[in-house]
Amino acid sequence: MKRKLMVMTMLKEENKIFKNLYNHYGWEIEKAIERDDWKNTKDLISKGKEWIINEVKTSELRGRGGAGFSTAMKWSFIPKKSGSRPHYLVINADESEPGTCKDRDILRFEPQKLIEGCLIAGYTVGAHICYIYIRGEYSFEGKRLQDAINQAYKKNFLGKNACGTNWDFDIHIHYGAGAYICGEETALLESIEGNKGQPRLKPPFPALVGLYGCPTIVNNVETIAVVPTILRRGGKWFASIGRPKNTGTKIFCISGNVNSPCNIEEEMGIPLKELINKHAGGVVGGWDNLQAVIPGGSSMPLLPKKICETINMDFDSLIENKSGLGTAGIVVINKDQDIVSCMARIARFYKHESCGQCTPCREGSGWMWRILNRANNGETTLSDIDLLEDVTKQIEGHTICAFGEGSAWPVQGLLRHFRKEIDKKCSNDPLVKKKKDIPYLVDQHLLEKKNA
Amino acid sequence: MSLKKVNPEQPKNFEFSSNYKKIAEEILKKYPNENKKSAVMPFLYLAQKQNSNWIPLAAIKYISKYLSMPYINVYEVATFYSMFNLSPVGKYFLQVCTTTPCLIRGADKIVKVCKQKISEKENHLTKNGECSWAEVECLGACVNAPMMQINEDYYEDLDEKSTVKIIDSILNNKILKPGSYRGRKNTSPENEKKINGNDYA
Repeated sequence: MKRKLMVMTMLKEENKIFKNLYNHYGWEIEKAIERDDWKNTKDLISKGKEWIINEVKTSELRGRGGAGFSTAMKWSFIPKKSGSRPHYLVINADESEPGTCKDRDILRFEPQKLIEGCLIAGYTVGAHICYIYIRGEYSFEGKRLQDAINQAYKKNFLGKNACGTNWDFDIHIHYGAGAYICGEETALLESIEGNKGQPRLKPPFPALVGLYGCPTIVNNVETIAVVPTILRRGGKWFASIGRPKNTGTKIFCISGNVNSPCNIEEEMGIPLKELINKHAGGVVGGWDNLQAVIPGGSSMPLLPKKICETINMDFDSLIENKSGLGTAGIVVINKDQDIVSCMARIARFYKHESCGQCTPCREGSGWMWRILNRANNGETTLSDIDLLEDVTKQIEGHTICAFGEGSAWPVQGLLRHFRKEIDKKCSNDPLVKKKKDIPYLVDQHLLEKKNA
Repeated sequence: MSLKKVNPEQPKNFEFSSNYKKIAEEILKKYPNENKKSAVMPFLYLAQKQNSNWIPLAAIKYISKYLSMPYINVYEVATFYSMFNLSPVGKYFLQVCTTTPCLIRGADKIVKVCKQKISEKENHLTKNGECSWAEVECLGACVNAPMMQINEDYYEDLDEKSTVKIIDSILNNKILKPGSYRGRKNTSPENEKKINGNDYA
């Protein structure tokens, strides 16, 4: 019975939005037009801002960048009339979340979907200028996107009176330079302004005070790239895929210990087990060899095998299980891997990428890494693990941006589901009893008898 | 935040070449007139490109004057972002991704090859001064793990054998084609099923 249900949930080819995800058909603008990009953009825009926002609202599209915030609602926050300050549209293509590589494929193989989406979104929020912030490492993807933008200019789809809509629209590319934190929207704006990428306090939100102090909408690449198709086929069509409040299709990136890792566009809410078995060739060593899955990029708490059996991949199901869909970067970890060392490496990532603005995150991320590393080497005591849990709680909620949560949650997930595995490694007695000279031990002075 | 070492030997002067000056003027047009500061990152990239992959302090000074910014603000940006190199990295700079998705597919073996072929420590140049390597955080090609970046190109789906081949050829000044080294098309699923994953690095 279960099997039958699984077959039914598979996304039909005609419902796929990104048909050229693997570049089987060519990325050039002529090929893209054959795939219906830029088909009736002028008509869509002539229906007006209200209609566009309403259609996106009907589609229940939620941002694909990680937070899952309603796109229509975000757009409606922008002031209705632009006063003396211009409006800006900024596209977040700073894809750096470990486990995620979906935007890269859109940038290289479906750039026209993104560019058309930019024009529509730009018109809707009243922006004449759009900046696309691409991570610096994606230099090939950036060049490809620039080529695609140039092709669009040549066809008068961009520039003055873009696509015959009486709307002037320009797109510029801005490269990042290897800072994960610039994926946070306010850090990204700081970075475009020519500063260090350190997040700003919110409120004021970018929709009111954003780039250069002007109203700004920041959206993820995938969010913007699906908008033209939603308008063309109708919000109702998009909402009919998936389940209420978790609608539409989503590109999943399946990496780690699977037989054939791949990017795949699927229906929101597809069972994780089906996703791994059907599209990624199954777990290396068989499903029984599965240890854990990180469901949405490294910031999201991992799920043990028991939950993986039944979980559906959408925003709300994952939140119910104390995790999140995030960017839908699925990292599969099988039993051949040491789960503690995997998470210690993720903790090192966060230690490296903390921007250093808030003390709990700057110091705490280092502490989490050091304790996990010691745990991995079998140098911890049981009380150290309690301390680790305490550190994660001290970071969470005490920072300006969501990086604090992003670094603390994976460790909390590890402690929640794999406490036994860590405890097994904690063979040590408390260090104070051992008279071992360890410089980073806070209670070092107790080792010396005269201080005791 | 990454630790950065400023090269002890610094050139005295730096100026964009006439060609780069033209590019710089084009870049400035992207941003509003009163926000010229936005061009600091693209300018640092230009300086890095002109000065064989690293940014001397003289270039930071030059850019700060060009954009009428305080020197410290440009220095701040140059040290904050990990892709700006403040000391020489050689003509070929290899960056090996070792974050978890790559690690569990065998990135440590790529690192081992780099240690054998290039230098025992990361960020150390080879004897002829043309090549160095570093471990970096996620490069955003997790589906094609393990992978590395040589200058601007991604080399994907690597294993020990293909890494040796790639590094040997760049040490001989020959650059191999970037992309997947398991012969698959971009991020599409592979048809042949591999049993128990013994086939990857």
